[in-house]
Amino acid sequence: MLPQAIDLHRVLPELIWSAFGVLVMFLQPFVRRRQFFTFLALFGSLAGTVAAATAFVHGGPGFHGLVQSDSFTFFFRLLVGSVSFLVVLAAGPYLDREELPIAEFYALLFFATAGMGVLASAQELLTAFIGLEMSSISSYVLAGYRRDSLKSSESAMKYFLLGSFATAFFLYGIALVYGATGTTLLDKMALSDGAGTLLKLGLALILIGLGFKVAAAPFQVWTPDVYEGAPTPVTALFSAGPKAAAFALLLRIFATVPAATKYWFWAFWVLAALTMFAGNLGALVQTNMKRLLAYSSIAHAGYILVAFAAVTSMAQGGSEEAAPAYAAVLFYLLSYALVKLGAFTIVSQLGGTGEKNLSLDDYAGLSERQPFVAAMLSIYLLSLLGLPVTAGFFGKFYIFKAAVNSHLISLAVLMAINSVIGAYYYLRVIVVMYMREPSAEAAAAGPVPFPIGVNAVLLITFVGTILFGVYPNPVINFILRPSLFAH
Amino acid sequence: MPSGGHLLSVLIFFPAVGAAALMMLRGDDHRFIRSIAMLVAAAEFLFSLLLLRGVPIGASGYQLEEFAKWIPAPPIHYHLGVDGISMFLVLLTTFLTPISVLASWHSIQHRVKVFFVVLLLLEVGVVGVFLSLDLFLFFLFWELMLIPMAFLIGIWGHERRVYAAVKFVLYTMAGSILMLVGIVWLYNATGTFDLPTIQQMLANGQLVLEPRTEMLLFLAFFVAFAVKVPVFPLHTWLPDAHVEAPTAGSVMLAGVLLKLGTYGMLRFCLPLFPEASHRAARWVAVLAIIGIIYGALVSLVQPNLKKLVAYSSVSHLGFVVLGIFAFHNISMQGAVFQMLAHGVSTGALFLLVGMLFDRRHTFEISEFGGLSTPMPKLAAFFLFVALSSLGLPMLNGFVGEFLILLGTYQRHWGWAAWAALGVILSACYLLWSYQRVFFGDITREKNRTLPDVSVRESWVLATMAIVILWMGVGSPFITRRTAAAAQTVIDQVEPQWAYEAAAHAKAKAHGNNVSSYAAHTMTVERLGNR
Repeated sequence: MLPQAIDLHRVLPELIWSAFGVLVMFLQPFVRRRQFFTFLALFGSLAGTVAAATAFVHGGPGFHGLVQSDSFTFFFRLLVGSVSFLVVLAAGPYLDREELPIAEFYALLFFATAGMGVLASAQELLTAFIGLEMSSISSYVLAGYRRDSLKSSESAMKYFLLGSFATAFFLYGIALVYGATGTTLLDKMALSDGAGTLLKLGLALILIGLGFKVAAAPFQVWTPDVYEGAPTPVTALFSAGPKAAAFALLLRIFATVPAATKYWFWAFWVLAALTMFAGNLGALVQTNMKRLLAYSSIAHAGYILVAFAAVTSMAQGGSEEAAPAYAAVLFYLLSYALVKLGAFTIVSQLGGTGEKNLSLDDYAGLSERQPFVAAMLSIYLLSLLGLPVTAGFFGKFYIFKAAVNSHLISLAVLMAINSVIGAYYYLRVIVVMYMREPSAEAAAAGPVPFPIGVNAVLLITFVGTILFGVYPNPVINFILRPSLFAH
Repeated sequence: MPSGGHLLSVLIFFPAVGAAALMMLRGDDHRFIRSIAMLVAAAEFLFSLLLLRGVPIGASGYQLEEFAKWIPAPPIHYHLGVDGISMFLVLLTTFLTPISVLASWHSIQHRVKVFFVVLLLLEVGVVGVFLSLDLFLFFLFWELMLIPMAFLIGIWGHERRVYAAVKFVLYTMAGSILMLVGIVWLYNATGTFDLPTIQQMLANGQLVLEPRTEMLLFLAFFVAFAVKVPVFPLHTWLPDAHVEAPTAGSVMLAGVLLKLGTYGMLRFCLPLFPEASHRAARWVAVLAIIGIIYGALVSLVQPNLKKLVAYSSVSHLGFVVLGIFAFHNISMQGAVFQMLAHGVSTGALFLLVGMLFDRRHTFEISEFGGLSTPMPKLAAFFLFVALSSLGLPMLNGFVGEFLILLGTYQRHWGWAAWAALGVILSACYLLWSYQRVFFGDITREKNRTLPDVSVRESWVLATMAIVILWMGVGSPFITRRTAAAAQTVIDQVEPQWAYEAAAHAKAKAHGNNVSSYAAHTMTVERLGNR
């Protein structure tokens, strides 16, 4: 039962990320130069991301079906790998500015990334659980990384308590599903005709556990506090990475276990509607940029859940028909990750030492002080709002299309209403940046410097946002391929 | 590829190139920036004149089409085309943009570069909307022009500019996002976003929408357009947006953006959902008539000159909507003509109001009075434009209103009778406000020394006046070119009507009574040959 070389190939990205995590921890006492670790982390996250291609080329189930390396996994490995690469770029200057230890941060980031990779590739529930724990536990620590800050500690504590509670749900759900079907392997589960209350209950618990991770209402309450307290680059990571990975696992369960889709349709319908409204209505009254973006990320989870409702409704007609709905989720997660990374990076940089300048008022007249930054942030916000020529527009469009395809007109209309509510608070930020005069202090302080790493993040996310907003073809062609999931 | 080459693409993207070039410039040489912006806008206008050659008179269907694959799944195409109606609306846009540039010459002193960049981007969006034949592409441009307009209002507007800008965006977006759902729904039913293809499928019975679905789709599109027009009771954003916008913003808003709504009704609501349009026509007409009268009455009591002009737009656009939903060739042509006429006249009115504001920094009518003494030229121009707006024969406003009323009368005389009230009221509010502003004694000392129009301003106003006069006396130049396109819309919305018409014509050939349709055709011919 020793693992074959091919098995290792299929989990190569996760191996690399974990190895670099260990390596960073090992080198930490010996190397004093901070830049060394940044370069090492950049190299490591990039290496893992590139290795995703190797894993893809040698695709197939690994470790007797515990993991699966297919197009779907490839997509998510690229996504989480790129996210962690960009987070490293943005975090370097941040950690220097805040005078925080650097090596541990990268080590935790590596473990979190590896966990997300496992989550995306898992085809067995306990493996998924391990992935979830790897990413969650690292996330708890990262959230509290600014030890001196009360808010950061509060964030970590909240995240930890509620997160472990949710994980317990997830684990209990696995146990029940195992009891009902006699297996934790998703593909075997698909074959067993085990049904009944036990399976339903188990699936419901799994849904609750994952619902927490993706911040779906009514399990979203932690999000604003955690997002606000965590160091901003970590917030960027939270909003892009773990969320995508948890969604990936959900999609995987749908794609392999038809029984799940049968029970989950209404659950997703309600979750989607609740989450959209919870996020958007909450965001309306926010005056802190991090909280505003946190609520916005809840709202966006709601939009993605609309596509999930479409998936569950279509999947009963065969996976062929559900393909556009899957594609909608994948594309949305990509466009969303780009935008949120960009936006949070700007927020992080403008926040200044100790993250003081996070209030909306601090953005007054930004367009005059730093026209390029204001323009970039506007583009990101417009992408979140779903305006054309940004990736967010296509993301939203594909979800609309999936919803209408599945005859979920009422849900599509709810989403439309929510988009307009969302427009208000995104516009408010743009209005403040462009149509209000800067405060005397801010004007006197002069422009906030943007180091090269941060600029690189902005450039990449900006180009990606516009590129996929004008020419989404390569991505769409890839995620619409019939062999997205290998069985 | 048709012989038209890439004229339409050039028309859409030339201003974008211009805007990009402007962005490269240094921000402090205002004169140079203005000149470049003017150059771009003027060149764009000259390019657009080529459309007149590209769209033959009497040709039905779309001309100068451009077609390219863009996104494979779902199949979205870059499909452009122009017909008689959209051609003139594009011309209106490209004509008003350089006018707006000139109008902002001195009145915009703050962030000059960004202003002209935004103005040119607005032109990109608007021209794109008029030329798109793919629903998706249409929607894309439709949303795209929102942000430049919001910026125009929000950055360079007056005191409550931010409120007005946000209100404008939210209203429009609330309408348009439902339209997106409608567009996707339509795609699901047809498998394409291509407008001509969908029209063909409707014509040959490949696509049959059940009445309820059709009505919902109609509403999804109609509400988006109705917000833009604006149709009563969705008009409340308009006065705010107009009053707060800078002059150029008002000119573009009244001149072009409102027409996007009525254009959308013509291009999408009627041809795509004929049955639903018929069923809704009565209610739309009621709203339009309420709009006509309500807009006029509010104008009558407005103490704010700019708001007065804004509400007069509600009234005038009510005519256009009425003309469209009367489903009559003459009223349809009248609606198109009225869109153009209103664009020029109201654009000119906003210019004049803007000039008064530049001198006195107020829109309050009570602050003016007796202005014809210090500014005889401005007073003369104002009178001319006001007369055109109230529909004096020989000037442009008359042609549109007359054709609308004539056509509407043939179908529903009651509608026409109510709408005619609006004509009378518009004379009242325009002449009365003119009297209060320009005649009588000078009540404010400041007004005694106001400078008359400058050379630049008089060039702008003279151009507008010439166009107004030319449209009034040379209307066949336009109606001949829009006739075929208007008839196409009628045919699409009313195949049955066309059928009856043929029967009537046959009856006429047999020597029976001259049918009403024959009378219409003759009127059209008379108008055409005038």
